[in-house]
Amino acid sequence: MQSLILRTATRILVSMILVFSVYLLLRGHNATGGGFAAALVAGTGFSLYTMVEGSAAVRRGIRIDPRGLIAAGMAVALVSGLIGLFAGEPFLTGMWCTLSLFGGKEVALGTPLFFDMGVFAIVLGMILTLILSLEEN
Amino acid sequence: MMGVESQLVHIAGQITLVLLTLAILIAFVRLFIGPDQADRIVALDLISVLIVAYLAALSIYTGQRSYLDVAIAYALIAFLGTVALARFRERLAKERGGSEDTDEEGK
Repeated sequence: MQSLILRTATRILVSMILVFSVYLLLRGHNATGGGFAAALVAGTGFSLYTMVEGSAAVRRGIRIDPRGLIAAGMAVALVSGLIGLFAGEPFLTGMWCTLSLFGGKEVALGTPLFFDMGVFAIVLGMILTLILSLEEN
Repeated sequence: MMGVESQLVHIAGQITLVLLTLAILIAFVRLFIGPDQADRIVALDLISVLIVAYLAALSIYTGQRSYLDVAIAYALIAFLGTVALARFRERLAKERGGSEDTDEEGK
């Protein structure tokens, strides 16, 4: 679409939507959010960008094939499940470790975060495949 | 046990929620009778803005912070619906080959 207002607004709005989706992804373990909801929000941002700039711009922006994103997400989710299996626990058991940063801050890192990232990649890949193929027809 | 300030917020929240509900109902009337397709799209956009305001007021009234997250997500996403409807209308006008003011009969 050739509207200057829409193009300018979209450039700002898409960046905010993507930041919000990362926020939803990272806090998903402790509050509302999670990989699925974050990917839906990110997919909305990408579909807005598709409508305004066209599908070629989105393909240039994400650099890899959306179907590759699905496969990568599957692999990440599977590996995060296997880590628990190698530690002698049942498949998909959450394993946690604590990273100490400078200044006495601590970050809890665990396999559920990687599983959530895998879900995020799968859902985002599905949405992008759908939107881009709909747009290119 | 309730302070004067929190009671004030309680009453103000109730008034705000009632007024916003009325506003949404009036916007629904426009959505229903709207003589033009464009009127309906504008009414839908208005309703989505009002819902964001409603969620923010509800978050203050009930003290639940998670309503604010819903409001943020909805405010970011509601724009997409309006853009999609506008795009649909543009394509419809292009297919008919006429000006964009002739509509409503092909729905």
